[in-house]
Amino acid sequence: MKIAGYRPLHPGTQPDHLHLPYVSSIKRSPTKPQIRIPFTLSEVTGPSFRPEIVQPKACDLTRQHSGEPLGERIIVSGRVLDENARPLANTVVEIWQANAAGRYRHEVDRHDAPLDPNFTGSGQAITNERGEYRFVTIRPGEYPWRNHYNAWRAAHIHFSLFGPSFATRLVTQMYFPGDSLIPFDPIFNCTADEKARNRLISVFDWETSIPEHALGYRFDLILRGRDATPMED
Amino acid sequence: MSLQATTSQTVGPFFKIGLHWLVQDNLAEEGVSGERVRIEGRVLDGDGVPVPDAFLEVWQANAHGKYAHPEDGQPKPVDPKFAGYGRIPTNREGIFRFATIKPGPVPGPDGNEQAPHLLVSVFMRGLLRRLVTRVYFPDEPLDAADYILNLVEPERRSTLIAKRISGQPGALEWNVILQGSNETVFFDLGL
Repeated sequence: MKIAGYRPLHPGTQPDHLHLPYVSSIKRSPTKPQIRIPFTLSEVTGPSFRPEIVQPKACDLTRQHSGEPLGERIIVSGRVLDENARPLANTVVEIWQANAAGRYRHEVDRHDAPLDPNFTGSGQAITNERGEYRFVTIRPGEYPWRNHYNAWRAAHIHFSLFGPSFATRLVTQMYFPGDSLIPFDPIFNCTADEKARNRLISVFDWETSIPEHALGYRFDLILRGRDATPMED
Repeated sequence: MSLQATTSQTVGPFFKIGLHWLVQDNLAEEGVSGERVRIEGRVLDGDGVPVPDAFLEVWQANAHGKYAHPEDGQPKPVDPKFAGYGRIPTNREGIFRFATIKPGPVPGPDGNEQAPHLLVSVFMRGLLRRLVTRVYFPDEPLDAADYILNLVEPERRSTLIAKRISGQPGALEWNVILQGSNETVFFDLGL
């Protein structure tokens, strides 16, 4: 059985497992070399989901409770493409984030900032035929963490995508332009290639902003693409 | 046109907020054909400390060795009740448990069948990108000639093969050991 694999990733554009400034990676990153394997039918297939599993309201994080969450309402939208610039339709996009005060609705978040009864911080969407997704949410706050003295995470939204196969699975984080904490955030800076990590910073966008309602940020996501185009007759 | 894949970032400690809705620890509901197995184990860090903030994702073929995916063109039966997908978080003791069926063999790169296996992605706080590994099955005649297992040094292959739990029919133990002499074998898909 002939299997078209996926392109190798460009050197430096993905983080190593061990990144010393990110202290949690020290005891959790493998130390033995990983074994390169060819793509088989197992890796080029992967879970697919019926579009109905995503509730239409799940993409609006400001409408999940009786009241509106506090904070600056924003629109986060973009396209999901593969490395060959093909739009990826029907891809589940999951996001999660802190509230406007920089607090997660999670039992292990001990940050002394208020929870917002009107904000859970969880959203889902599925891309349309043009590969587009769109969320309405609030801008998450920055928050301190214990990685090092006076450590703060830059404001970010977590993204999780499946794409067409096991090989295309991606979990990443989106940042905001102009955030002063970005140069000091060891998680943002874990990727060696500067251009690659800067692509994690969303772009402020008038076109998706809604006058008198919400500012827009665009964030496109690129999943791995196939190595070879199938032969055409 | 050539774009570069978006760089991976850690799931961090709070992923449950966003990922809980798709948790699936019973991959094979009633009526799915195949030999039922329960797989459990722990995720352990470099100090042997259980990792309570990890999750696994599983991808597998059905009992006939057919994936529920358009790219699998094999003339084998599809099981409409079997999606082949699992997402399983660890608990406070770093333990994960899931129930599924043993998949059938699927084609391998050398033209032979691959031994039955599950694909596993591992995510956790502290991991900047996922780890990829596989679970193979004990006492499986196809294991010996499996193309992928044979890429692994013989002394490390046992980290990929689940072990029977004595006294519990259908129960298998398989652990994710992040560092050390028994470190689980992780695979590189082209970084």
